[in-house]
This record gives sequence, structure tokens and C-alpha cells, in this order.
Amino acid sequence: MSYDILVLGGGNAALCATLMAREAGATVRLVEWAPQHFRGGNSRHTRNIRSMHDAPADVLTDTYPEEEYWQDLLKVTGGQTDEKLARMAIRHTAGCRPWMSKHGVRFQPALGGTLHVSRTNAFFLGGGKALMNAYYRSAQALGVEVTYDTEVIDLEMEGGTFRSATVIRNGAEEKIHAKAVVIACGGFESNLEWLREAWGPPADNFIVRGTPYNTGRVLKALIAKGAKSIGDPTQGHCVAIDARSPKFDGGIVTRVDCVSLGIVVNKHGERFYDEGEDFWPKRYAIWGRLVAQQPDQIAYSIIDVKSMGKFMPPVFPPLKAGSLAELAKMLTLDPAALEATVRRFNDAVRPGTFDHTIFDDCVTEGITPPKTHWARKIDTPPFYGYPLRPGITFTYLGVKIDERARMIMADDKPCANVFAAGEIMAGNVLGKGYIAGIGMAIGTAFGRIAGEEAARHVRS
Amino acid sequence: MSAASPRLEALIGEAQRVLAICNACRYCEGYCATFPALQRRLEFTESDVHYLANLCHNCGACLYACQYAPPHEFQLNFPRVLAQVRQQTYRKYAWPQALGALYERNGLVVGLATAASIAFLFIFTSLVSDPARLFQAYSDAQGSFYAVLPHNLMAGLFTAVSLFVMLAFVMGFIRFWPDLGEEPGEFVKPRTFAEALHDVFTLKYLDGGSGDGCTYPDAQPSYARRTFHHFTFYGFMLCLAATSVATVYHYGFGWKAPYALGSVPVVLGIVGGIGLIVGPAGLLWIKSRRDPELVDPRQDGMDVGFLVLLLLVSITGLALTFLRETRAMGVLLAVHLGVVLALFLTLPYGKFVHALYRFAALVRFHLERRRPRPGIAPE
Repeated sequence: MSYDILVLGGGNAALCATLMAREAGATVRLVEWAPQHFRGGNSRHTRNIRSMHDAPADVLTDTYPEEEYWQDLLKVTGGQTDEKLARMAIRHTAGCRPWMSKHGVRFQPALGGTLHVSRTNAFFLGGGKALMNAYYRSAQALGVEVTYDTEVIDLEMEGGTFRSATVIRNGAEEKIHAKAVVIACGGFESNLEWLREAWGPPADNFIVRGTPYNTGRVLKALIAKGAKSIGDPTQGHCVAIDARSPKFDGGIVTRVDCVSLGIVVNKHGERFYDEGEDFWPKRYAIWGRLVAQQPDQIAYSIIDVKSMGKFMPPVFPPLKAGSLAELAKMLTLDPAALEATVRRFNDAVRPGTFDHTIFDDCVTEGITPPKTHWARKIDTPPFYGYPLRPGITFTYLGVKIDERARMIMADDKPCANVFAAGEIMAGNVLGKGYIAGIGMAIGTAFGRIAGEEAARHVRS
Repeated sequence: MSAASPRLEALIGEAQRVLAICNACRYCEGYCATFPALQRRLEFTESDVHYLANLCHNCGACLYACQYAPPHEFQLNFPRVLAQVRQQTYRKYAWPQALGALYERNGLVVGLATAASIAFLFIFTSLVSDPARLFQAYSDAQGSFYAVLPHNLMAGLFTAVSLFVMLAFVMGFIRFWPDLGEEPGEFVKPRTFAEALHDVFTLKYLDGGSGDGCTYPDAQPSYARRTFHHFTFYGFMLCLAATSVATVYHYGFGWKAPYALGSVPVVLGIVGGIGLIVGPAGLLWIKSRRDPELVDPRQDGMDVGFLVLLLLVSITGLALTFLRETRAMGVLLAVHLGVVLALFLTLPYGKFVHALYRFAALVRFHLERRRPRPGIAPE
């Protein structure tokens, strides 16, 4: 079969590209490896899109100007970002919501039960899966051909021009020809072997928070065919999550949100980083790497009863004990070591006024590492512990693109009919670090651009 | 009671597991009242589970939006487990307690109650009046109904049944409300009571959270369920109004039924009766097309039984209205009153009770909404 445009992948960026291309009149075929129930890649687990706005707009309060957004991004990436592409994505978020609404995406009113981030982020009613459902419904209504359970195994290119893709479905191979292709099939975080190549043996202890279908097969094929790669394979969204989480697909509920309220120790019962450095969600994105650097990639967040109820409830119940020694045993830690660490910590805590909603003045003195906010003695039983592991959400290694979302080859020339969007090119904008909602911003912006440009290419 | 019911215990345990996952995710916050209500809690007692289950309207939005819905290994099916709990709520708080078990095999109960009621009325009819009068054609003169069935018998029977039904509801409520930890006075606070009424009259929580309609019977947003429920609800209310006006006519003015076609009770009854055909027929239709993942199929007997009784009430009522001057009137009257009696008898032990517990849950939601939240840190 032959189509104007073939879209590889079934997440947010893929659907944005699909809908834009279809609206521009192109015939579109979308292939998604996951079965229908698990369609949508990691977009299924997302919840919001970070959006700039110069005035309060629908579900967004106050203002979030381009410059502030850019500075926020610059801070987390430490400059490892392509400013031109980053600013394109940022500006795109100002105007994409009406289009999203037109395709059935609904946003949550900025009332904020537990959420006080309605200034910077627009929340999808029902979350990312609801968003994906809306896009798929819209695609179906527009007559897009979608096939699930379809894995892309290779791409046929002729000197920088895409000809066809080979897919496999129900054991049968099929060659799909198209005038242009949009590649939006994610990163490689669920390819455990590739993770091991990048990280070494510690990767064996990683937990993949998102879809098990992002194995990076297409990414690898593209790089082999001369696409210019971008990004460091060890960089990605890596957070500390509950060690009891499923190996794949645990999503948001696996996060442990009490790190800043207590102390975090490694398997030797020793603290290794300032738990009070920053707020959720900023600290959230650093703890995965921190735990990955600890022996056996395991750590334990320890709090006492004073902190209970002060953080978002995690999905697994904490281990609970009447004494630190007892808790240590439950966590397979040396009781004497944990007691000594807590004693040293408690002795270093200086009096202050505890307030977990601001950078308060509760600090330690004379220990390394210090705890620079929210430091309170861990002295009131029962004591609680959560085991932590690195949880990898998505990877930043990808293909380089230009501002028309065209894939760039190793010779720095763009492919005329190959476009990339979403996680597979997120590394252009996100060299490292993360800010909430930027993934959906990149996917929506470059997904829509890719769809539009692919349709334009087909017409010309 | 809960200790005596292993099924309830297992069910509460599963509901607690599901609620804990939801509480850690919170993506569904905007769909309905159930989610903000659960987010006020870190742990869920058995009473909490009953409360939240009855706040749930089974609109389906959260199931389709759920990243953990089956076949995900968390196997999280929020609307189904709460539907299962609801049935156990009805059973647990039923009065008299022993009749709570009727919820388990309600379809059979409805059938038997209908058959028994009609038989009962026929026997009485033939006992008190000769068969000739039963099959006679009457002119539309006032009082022809009472030539077939004496008024005092009819009124006495229905008054007794109504009083029992009301008592059963009041007792169910008296068992349920304090178990939620609420004072009786809280229930009748005008503002929250009015807000709950507003939710009931508008079926606010079948709007899908965004005005697109709820995802029932399948993943496509639709107003079908809300529309047919409105036909049913308002049809039922109009029929009750018709009966009330007729009662006033009878005792206040001495005017005897049947009343003229253009009279207030007959017009109310005809309009209500049409609503009670369109509504239940529509609900049965979408029920036949719904996604089986959404519901607890074991309750089909209860749901279908109730809807079919409503349909029978309206069909026989309308037939009686339009055929009351023919020889069929006597039989139609006995059949109509029979199914009405069956409907009343089964009200406290069938699907109708959702109105009681859902309303109580909505009142409580609006009460709680104004109370300070327990201190959970902002995300």
C-alpha cells in the first residue's frame, strides 16, 4: 500500500503530526507497535503541557512569558539546548490549545485541588491517556488508517530520501510506501541492553516508568543509515521511584514525594546528598541520577510520623516500625549504621520554623552533606521508610532536526521527506535535566510542525 | 455485619487498593466529585469506601482515561469495583436487615413481586365484585375504577405499602448517614442540601467533566445516558405529581377517578408516562450496548428488573388511560395497579435505592468541600 504520509509511532507527537497532515489533505497511515490498550507511548502517562502566555488564558493563570520559560529551560539544561528550536517549541505552546480543543482534548479548570502549578502548565482533563483517546477519535473521524500491534523493523532510504518502511504485524511482514515519513516513535529507555551499554551494570537496577515499547529500534536504524545523532545516551528523565514498582509502565504513581521531608540513605545507611536542596518537582528530576550513582542503585527515604500526610501519597505503603533499629532491619540496613546516621543528623539540626511549602530556615550545621531546608529531627515514632530505585522515564539521545522538523544527516544536510518529532528529537531541546510539561511541549510543537511540513512536501 | 460477609470484606479490600492507586495518581481529579472527595483522605475506612462508591455515577470517564486500567498489571477498574461496593452498600444498610439479601437476586424478586401483586389484585377484584363487572365497558363517568376495585381497598393497600417503603428508606438512611461520621443536623443544612439537589436535578456528574457528556455506553462521549435518565427521573416525578393531585381531588373535592383527559392529573400522568417509556427503554437500549468492562454484570438483574417494571407501569398506565371506556378497563386496572404495587414493594430492595444513597453522598460531598483540607503538600 502507498500513502502520502507514513507516521511511525502512536504517541502525542505522532498524533499531532497525523492530524495536521490529514487536515492539510494528505492521506496518512499511522503504525503503532503497542496494542490498542497501551497505545500512546509515554504520552499515556503524562498530565500537562508547559505553556507560555502573556496574559491569563483559559486554564492558565497569571502570565508565563517566553523569556521566563526560556530561562527555566536554560537553567535545567545548563545550556545544552538549541536555542532556536527551544524558542520555537516555547512559542508554539502559546497558541496550540485551541487546536487541541478542536480535536477533543479537554483541559482541567485552573482550580487546583492539589495542584498549584496552573501558572505554567495546562492540565489535561483525565491525563495523557484521555488526551490520546481524543486524538485517536479525531484521527479515526478524519479517516486516518491506524494499525496497532505493528512493529517497524526497518526503513528503506535511497541517499537521504525515504522510500518505504518494513513493518511486522501478526508475524507477517509488510512494506509501506509513502511520499514522506514522520518518525515519532520514542527513545530507547525500554531497551535494557542499550541502557546497559550506556550506563554499564547499574542499568540492570533501573526501573522503566513508561511504555515497554520504546526500544529504540528505529532510532538505531536511522543512526546506522547516516542520520546525525544528538545527545548523550545517559541523559534522560530519571527520577527516584519506589523500588517495589513494576519493571515497566508504573507511571506517575511510583514517585516518592517525601524525599525533602526526611533523610535519604544508601545501602550502608549513609546520607549522600542534600535532601533539602529544592522543591518538588525540581528535586524530583535529580534524585534518579543520584540513586543510580549509589552502590547497587538503592536508597531509602526515611521520615518519622511528623511528616506523614505532608506529601502526595505514594502507591505502595511505607515500611513502618516503632524504632529505627527495627525499621533498619525491615529495609535490610545495618541498624547501628542507620542509628548513627540519624543521631549525627539529629545533632546537626538547628532550630527553625518548619514550613514545607517555602524554603524555610530549618537547616543542619556541621555535617556533610548538609540539609539546607526542612531539616527536622527524626525522633518521633513510628518511623517510615520507602526504598528507592532510579526510574527512567525517557531518553534524550535522538536525531538532529532543523526548524522544519526535517531530519539532519551526518553531512548536515536535511532529508527532504523524513521528519522527526517527539522523544526521538527531544534531545535537540533538552540536552539534560527536565522541567515539568516540557516533553509534551516539544512533542506537540514538533509533531504539528512535522505533520504540516510533511504535507507541504507531499503537495510540492 | 461486615464480619459476617466475607465477600464484602474482600471487596472493601480491593476498593481500598484501587483508591490508594487513584490517590497517588489523581489525573481524574476533574471528572466528578468522587476524586476530590477521595483526595481528602490518605486512608480509606469501610465507611469511606461506601461513601465514595455512592458518589460515583459510573459515567466511565475515569476508566477510559486510566493508564492503569486492565490489561495493565495494576488491573485498576475504578467504576466496576465501586459498582460492586454499591450493591453491598444497599445490602448492608437495608432495613429490615434480613431483606438486604434481596439485592443479590433482584431480577427474580421483581418478577415474583409483579406476578404476586397482580394475582393479589385479581383475587381481590373477583372477591369483591362479580366477574361481569370486571369485564364490563364503562362510560367515562367518575368512579368507574371503584366499581371494579373499591376505593378504600385500593387506598388502604397503597398507603400501607407506601408507608412501609418510606420507613425502609428512612431506616436505611438512619443506618448509613451516621456510619459516615456525620451528625443528623448536617444533612438538612439548606445550602449544601440545595447544592446536592441541584446535582440531582441536572445530573451534573454525567457531563463527562467537560460538557462533552459521559463515556457511557462506550468510550465515545455522549449525552444518551443523562438524557434517558432525565426522561426516567422527570417522568417518575410527573407520575408522582399526577397521583398527588388526584389524591387532593379525591379527598379535597370529592372528585372521583378517572378524570377527564384534559384534567391536570391525567395530563401530568400522560406526559410522565411517556417519559417513563422513553427513559427506561433508552436506558435498557444503551445498557445492551455498553462496554462490559464498565459495570458489574451481576447487577443486571436488579437494573433490568427495575427498568422493566417502570416500563410496565407506564405502558399499562397509558393503556388504561386510553382504553378506560372499553371492556378491557377492569383487567387493565388490575394489571396496572399490580405492577405499581410491585414497583413500590421492590423500591427499597432494588435499583431505586441508588437515589437515597447517592443523594446522601452528594450532600456529604458538599459538606466536606467546605471543611478545611487535611494538610497534604501541594504537588
